[in-house]
Parts: sequence; C-alpha cells; structure tokens
Amino acid sequence: MKTIYLDNNATTQVAEEVLDAMLPYFRDLYGNPSSMHSFGGQVGRRIREAREQAAALIGAQPEEIIFTSCGTESDNAAIRSALMAHPDRRHVLTSRVEHPAVKSLCAHLSRQGYRITELPIDKDGILDMTQYERTLTPDTAIVSLMWANNETGVLFPVEKAAELATERGILFHTDAVQAVGKIPINMKANAIDMLSISGHKLHAPKGIGILYVRKGTKFSPFLIGGHQEKERRGGTENTPSIIGLGKACELAAGNMDKENRMVVLLRDKLETEILSRIPNSRVNGTRLHRLPNTTNISFEFVEGEAILLLMDDYGICASSGSACTSGSLQPSHVLRAMGVPFTMAHGSIRFSLSIYNTEEEIDFVIEKLPSIIARLRSMSPYWTLGDQACSVQ
Amino acid sequence: MWEYTDKVKEHFLNPRNVGEVENPDGIAEVGSIACGDALKLSFKLDENKRIKNVKFKTFGCASAIATSSALTEMVKGMTLEEAMKVTNQDIAAYLGGLPQEKMHCSVMGKQALEKAIENYKGGPPTEPAAQIICECFGVTEREIERAVRENNLSTVEEVTNYTKAGGGCGGCHDAIRQIIERIRAEAAPVARPKLSNIQKIKMIEETIDREIRPSLKKDGGDIELIDVIGNRVLVATRGACATCKAADITLKHFVELKLRDFVSPELVIEEVTP
Repeated sequence: MKTIYLDNNATTQVAEEVLDAMLPYFRDLYGNPSSMHSFGGQVGRRIREAREQAAALIGAQPEEIIFTSCGTESDNAAIRSALMAHPDRRHVLTSRVEHPAVKSLCAHLSRQGYRITELPIDKDGILDMTQYERTLTPDTAIVSLMWANNETGVLFPVEKAAELATERGILFHTDAVQAVGKIPINMKANAIDMLSISGHKLHAPKGIGILYVRKGTKFSPFLIGGHQEKERRGGTENTPSIIGLGKACELAAGNMDKENRMVVLLRDKLETEILSRIPNSRVNGTRLHRLPNTTNISFEFVEGEAILLLMDDYGICASSGSACTSGSLQPSHVLRAMGVPFTMAHGSIRFSLSIYNTEEEIDFVIEKLPSIIARLRSMSPYWTLGDQACSVQ
Repeated sequence: MWEYTDKVKEHFLNPRNVGEVENPDGIAEVGSIACGDALKLSFKLDENKRIKNVKFKTFGCASAIATSSALTEMVKGMTLEEAMKVTNQDIAAYLGGLPQEKMHCSVMGKQALEKAIENYKGGPPTEPAAQIICECFGVTEREIERAVRENNLSTVEEVTNYTKAGGGCGGCHDAIRQIIERIRAEAAPVARPKLSNIQKIKMIEETIDREIRPSLKKDGGDIELIDVIGNRVLVATRGACATCKAADITLKHFVELKLRDFVSPELVIEEVTP
C-alpha cells in the first residue's frame, strides 16, 4: 500500500539531497571540527558553509545562527537566557496556543515564581493586538509567541508584536518551527531577537535545530561546556545533521516559490472538496492568514482517532486534535482556546502537506474521506440530529 | 499510536450490531459528546426473557466502538441476570485486552448495559443522590468507588484510565485519592482460611466450570486443568484458545483474575503445551 503522507507539521521526509550531503560525514569524514589537523578542519569548513546556508534562508548573519539539538532546546534556551539576562524581571508574556516546548516550560517557570500571561485568541485563532500591547509591562523579561500555529497553521503578526516589544526594551522570541521554509522570513527587516527552527520540519533529519540570536542580544548559554558555537552552546557538533540542515535550508529557499504556489493550490483543493462533499464540516482557524500547507477540518459528531484509523487503512497519514489521540482526555488546547464546540473539537483532523505531495494523492483522499466520515456517522448516536443539515459551510 | 489487539481492530473495522432495536425492551445512553465518547444501547428480549436482539450506536474512538460491538456480541442470548454479571474486565478480556488508558471504554459499556437493564425494570433503583467528584467529566463518587473495587485500582492515574475522573483540570485528585484509600482500607486483609491442596484443586475446578468455561466456550475455546503445584496453576488451552494469539492475555487477565478472586489471591496461571 502506498503511503500518502499529509502529516508534515509532525515531521517531514528527509530530502534525497540532504541525505546525500550527510552520508560522507558519518563514515569517511568523521573528524572533530574543533581539531587542529586538516582531517577535522575540513569538517569545520562544511559547518561554516551550513551556517551560511541557514542564515541565508532567514536573512540573518551566519554568526547569529546557533545549532541546537531540536526546536524544544531552542525554545528553552531562548526563554531561559532572557530570564538570566534580566534577573530583575519576573514576567513572561506568551499565548494560550503555544507548542508544549514553550507552554510546559512556562508552566514550570510559573511554579518557580515567575508571572506568566497566556494571551487568549479569538474563534479564528487570531491574537488581540490591543490586549497584547496592554500586557507588555516594565516587568516583562521576554515575549514568546509562535510564528505559525502547528495545529491550524494560523500566523501571528510576530513582526508587529516584536516591534512593540522592542520599543519598550523587552526581548522578543518566536517559535518559528512551522513557519521557516514555508513562508519568507527576513530577519534584517524585523525586530525579533530570537527565533527557533527545527530541522525535521523542513526535510532535514530529527535531532537538529537552530536558535537564531540577533547580534548584540545578551545571551546566556543553556548548555554549558566546550567552546563550540562561540561558547553559546557546548557539546561536540552534530556534524552530519548540521550539514544536512544547511542543505535543507538551501533547498527550502529554492522551493519557497513552489511551496506558496503549488502546495497552497493542493491544500485549497483538498479543503474545498472536503467541505463541499462532507456536510457538517468546517475549517478551524482563519483561512486568510495561515501557512500554505496546513488545513484543520472538523467533522461534526464523529471522533478523530476513529477517522485516523480508517484513513490509515488506506495509507493516509494525518493528525487529530481529539482527546483520544492526545493521550489526555481533553481535546487539543489550541481548539479549546479558539472555543471550538465539543461536537466539532473531537472530530478535528489536521492535514499538512509538503512539496512532495502530488495531485493524485490529494484526489485519492478527496475520494475516500466522505465514505469514512459517513460510515462513522452511521454509528454515531448524535448523527440523526445532524443529517438534516446538509448545508455546506 | 495505540497498541490495539487484532480483535479490537477487527471489531472496529467490522462492528457488529450497529443501530437501534425497534420497540426496545430496554434502552440507555451514557457518556456525552463533551466527554469525547457516548454509547446508546438498546435490546429486545425473546419469550424466554433472553436478550434476542441488541444494538449500539457509539460516538468515540476505535476502542469505544470495538468495546460496544464486543459487548453486544457477549450479551446476546443471555438472561438479564447473566448480563448483569458481565464486568468491564470481561469486555476487555473478550477483546484480548485494552490499553490501560482506554479501559474507560469498557467501563462505559458496562454502564450502558446496566442502565439499559434498569430501564427495562422500570427506571433506576432508588439510591441516594450521587455526588459528582470530577466536574470536568461528571463522574460520581459511586462510579469511582465501583471502578476501584471491581478493578482493584490503587492510583489516581488508574482511576482516570478507567473512569476519566481526574483527567481534566485535576482539581479532584485529592478527593479521588481519599476514595481509593477508603476502599482499600475496607478491602484490607480478610484472612482466608489456609487451603489444603485437595480443597484448592477442588475450588479451582469449580471456579473454572462455573466462572470461566462458559465465557471461553462462547468463543469456541476451553481450558483444561493439568496440575496445581503450590500456587502455580498449570492449564492447557483447548479449542479456539489453543490457536488464539490473545490466549495469553485471556489467561492472565481473565482466568487468573477469576481464580484469584474465587480461590486464592496468590495463584499464578501457567500454560503448559501438550
């Protein structure tokens, strides 16, 4: 059975070119980039190149790129560094819909006595900027807002938000794990101080990430050890993965146009066809300001895990915000923050595409999904109520 | 991803008895859409007061649908008295076990069955107003007490897995802990008379005949007692059990639990190959 992979916000396939770039550094070129001999030194040169490739993707300078082990480490390093840099400030401003890498860290900091504000969002997933501005205080050490939401793809106006924070002398961090590689980002044109990137979301392997730290930003390392990364992140470099991530960044820059013309068309086709073929379905989050590859659709009166398992039978991979898939008993915190009604939240499915998806794959999903939903609805005790209402939203 | 047994997957992909019985003798609905799963169960009796027809409609995940389907298959042909004796553990065992986090699906099945039988008998029996312990999922003290007793639960996490109580805001964890402590204190050592080997073997045989064999036979399976050495109960599987992949789970989670309940808590079941 062919796998139809529409779960690219969870992780992505490693690009062929990326794998090819990495392989020599596992077997033949295993030298330590810090070594004095030329055997190691040649690896050091490749890491410099990777740093340049990564910087180029986001319009940064190479020395502003710190390689880390993952997006979560980058988020932790950024927020903790800001708190160390401003020990007198005890407030962290964030949102209710952050990734656990930020959300759980903030909950932890709250138990240590920091004051955390989680800004609410409206039913479309949009932040109230007036309220945001009001919540910036002289006590605020850092703002951390995600650039793009992993579940809905909705974009926060982080550039505007960073400006407002910078005007007040407050550090601004963004978890841009879902945004980098999918939408153009230019650090020269914004005021963001720190930005997190995850390799495996843009066709590099798992276990590699980046923290961008703007030149001149006071930074306190999270991992203390050797002199690597200019003493901002100790630990021998993960050379194959860094080189792979560099290649992936170069590819992403070249594919940006394709992502925003082709992937967006496939996503829109998938979304439009699903909404028109399946009654009582709706998109979660605004359709105006969001990633080109993501759609989050709820199917009323059925449960997400059951949908996923029936899709799995056809080789279709996606995710759900239902309680049953999370391992907790409540639906996704993002959907709850948006006030998605329970009849809808439990039956939400996220499709996230990549440049490797084809129109045939999308057509296959469009063909199979209506019968999957209809089958589960025929078992649902709530459906008799809804089957009258065939209006398309 | 959850590790479901083949039987759970099979019942999810090909659920039996979906729908609603016309002119039902008993009907019940448990759970709610807010909680993430709900089950509507209806049944009709034949002239001998046995369950002739039973159907379900379920909103929920794969294991909720599979347990509903399994439940209807299990109780078909039973008298209401027999059906009342089906426990949530029996439902889980029928499916070759459920992930711990999904045990609440089997509890939901048991609740629906009881409520439908109460409905047939003319409304719920008079009992003191139930106190809600878990506000998030509307779980009562009585439901938690029962789950703790019947499944021998000892932690808040287990109670959440079986009843959902405590799975939301977490505000009721202390209350749940107190209920667990109270029930476990009640259940404290009831000194069992020491059994002679002959008494023990006799009791094991009786328990197999009365409590175990009828359930296995329904699936075309059987077990035979080979020997008892100390607390080791050696059995051989027969019929469908002998070729069933889930037989291990049935032995551990169904047969062993029954023997421990009815004979001695120290018993350990072991399968011997012929």
